[in-house]
Amino acid sequence: MDELCTGLCRLMVDSGADAGLAQFMSLLVGVLLVSGVPLLTVILLIWIERKVAARIQDRIGPNRVGPIGLMQTFADLLKLLGKEDITPTSADRWLYNAAPLVSFASVVLIWAVVPFTPFHYGVDLEIGALFFVAVASFGTLAIMVAGWASNNKYALLGAFRVVSLLVSYEVPLVFALLVPVLLAGSMSLLDIVNAQTGMWFVVLSPLAFVIFYVSSQAETGRAPFDLIEAESELVAGFNIEYSGMKFGMFFAAEFLHVFTNGILMALLFFGGWLGPLYYESPLIAFGWLGLKGGLIYLTTLWLRNTVPRLRIDQIMAFNWKFLVPLSIANLILISAALKALQEIGWAPRDFVGAGIGDLIPTTIIMLLINGAMAIYLLGFLRKRGQEARRESLTARAALAQAAAE
Amino acid sequence: MVPLWMYLAVAAALFSLGVFGALSRRNAVAILMSVELMLNAVNINLVAFWRYSETGAGLLLNGYAFTAFVLIVAAAEAAVGLAIIITVYRNRRSVIPELAVALKG
Amino acid sequence: MELNAITIGFVVFSIFTLGGGFGVVTTRNLFQGTIWLMVSLFGVAGYFVLLSAPFLAAVQILVYIGAIAILITFAVMLTRSVTRIKSRYVRLVPSFIGSLALFLVLLLGITVPIFGGQLPEAAPETVATTRDLGAALVDENGYVVPFMLASVLLTAAMIGSIFIARDENA
Repeated sequence: MDELCTGLCRLMVDSGADAGLAQFMSLLVGVLLVSGVPLLTVILLIWIERKVAARIQDRIGPNRVGPIGLMQTFADLLKLLGKEDITPTSADRWLYNAAPLVSFASVVLIWAVVPFTPFHYGVDLEIGALFFVAVASFGTLAIMVAGWASNNKYALLGAFRVVSLLVSYEVPLVFALLVPVLLAGSMSLLDIVNAQTGMWFVVLSPLAFVIFYVSSQAETGRAPFDLIEAESELVAGFNIEYSGMKFGMFFAAEFLHVFTNGILMALLFFGGWLGPLYYESPLIAFGWLGLKGGLIYLTTLWLRNTVPRLRIDQIMAFNWKFLVPLSIANLILISAALKALQEIGWAPRDFVGAGIGDLIPTTIIMLLINGAMAIYLLGFLRKRGQEARRESLTARAALAQAAAE
Repeated sequence: MVPLWMYLAVAAALFSLGVFGALSRRNAVAILMSVELMLNAVNINLVAFWRYSETGAGLLLNGYAFTAFVLIVAAAEAAVGLAIIITVYRNRRSVIPELAVALKG
Repeated sequence: MELNAITIGFVVFSIFTLGGGFGVVTTRNLFQGTIWLMVSLFGVAGYFVLLSAPFLAAVQILVYIGAIAILITFAVMLTRSVTRIKSRYVRLVPSFIGSLALFLVLLLGITVPIFGGQLPEAAPETVATTRDLGAALVDENGYVVPFMLASVLLTAAMIGSIFIARDENA
């Protein structure tokens, strides 16, 4: 009981409260905080996303409600709440109403294992990284259920497309996620961050970061993988029958998922809260994490608004013929190199507590391996691109000839 | 702690539900789902025995590791089983196992 | 049996597991059956957490809800016209009696000490961690051979199912 009862709980016991009650209350406060932070951030995120998208598209964006449009999201929220809450007559009532909740919960649950600072986290699971992947699979199921329960052909077709996309991109995501786990020798997110005191994992394995970045962009259904929305060609996909706040839940889940992935990438590859003076105050540590996560989040917005959407067959071919083999090869190479380096004593057995000096040989060799792979890959992609261009040129010439005749 | 027999009782109930489903359903997919129920009932038993065994939970990892292997086999079984069901459906337009009797002498 | 987090968890997960299992065998709608199956398997994952095997719980959710649920839904959709995915029952009464008898026999074996011996009431304090499991899986005195075989099995299953389910005409 004693080791479970610290901080707020201790305070309540000291002021005369019942120990069990105090522990329960402090746990409740913790749960509310951990789930409240993402709920509040999502309101801000929607505003940021709309502003950034507007600037990239040479617009102004929301600017009417509140100062510089900050209150726009609340207005939208009120609008969504005021809308008619439709459940189609032939829909599966229970599943139809449960799907948005599960979808949103699957994202909020991830925050249970996110450590905000070295001492402030929901729970430090020994399987933290695996937990995040497992919880994300609820989101996939929710989309499938939403598509089926709406009893609408377009919703079902949209759900099929999205689910096949999500299931496929989970493979490279997990293989890339295994690289930080391998380097840190632990699946706990706290340990993974602590193992990066010497060197961030993004330096040791930039390729794994790129794979993780690309596949998490696909997991959240953002351009160039935004088959989920595909506004211009599909009728909104799986959520076509949803209205009002139920649609809002899917919407908020997507926005929050993007930011959550930014925070996760900051934790897994950019050293989380590590930065100058992080040990001085939890606020500084939290600030570093927020800054890194926010920057990664901004790059995903940038990417989303600058690249065109791919076709589904292109997306699938890119995943299965390029990303999956690459992620497997990357994992094998990294693990073999790490083991070899540890055997000859150039790399530390345990990254926790290793200083930057201990990691210089490891870093150089890992960077060389990654660079060699990157050069090969760029050459490969260049060749493929040239072939594709040549094919399209011949096809166009054939068409022109046919037209002339 | 919950006594061991309670876990075993729940596992027994789940297994019996699986047996009932596997015997009474006509659809091959439904039968496969019932088989998954039975596999999971066995998994509960394995983990519970492992957790409560005297030598236990410390050094010998038999129950733990065996459950992991059962999960792997269950995944392989589901993939191959569903592939077979889809192929049978494509050829015979039916997913009722009793009707797939092309090899009957 | 005192009231604490573990007993409450046990009751909740029992409701999930058995309620879901009951749903699987009683709903005629196969898609709803899949969802019930997932509810049941989620309950099993909860048991794994209570039995201090969190790794298995996460793998259970990842494998079943993340992969097998999707596979089964695809199979349900591909093998029926989407609008009528009901299934029928055969041998309802004999299989009900048979499985009920099986359950009673199993329950007898569990609860009556003559058959099963005395079952332990409390679990030992020390528990192996996920790290121990990982080490045991690649230990040559541990499970390295089954581990290798399992990976071969998975590869074979993957290639096999792609080959079987492939449409020659497409």
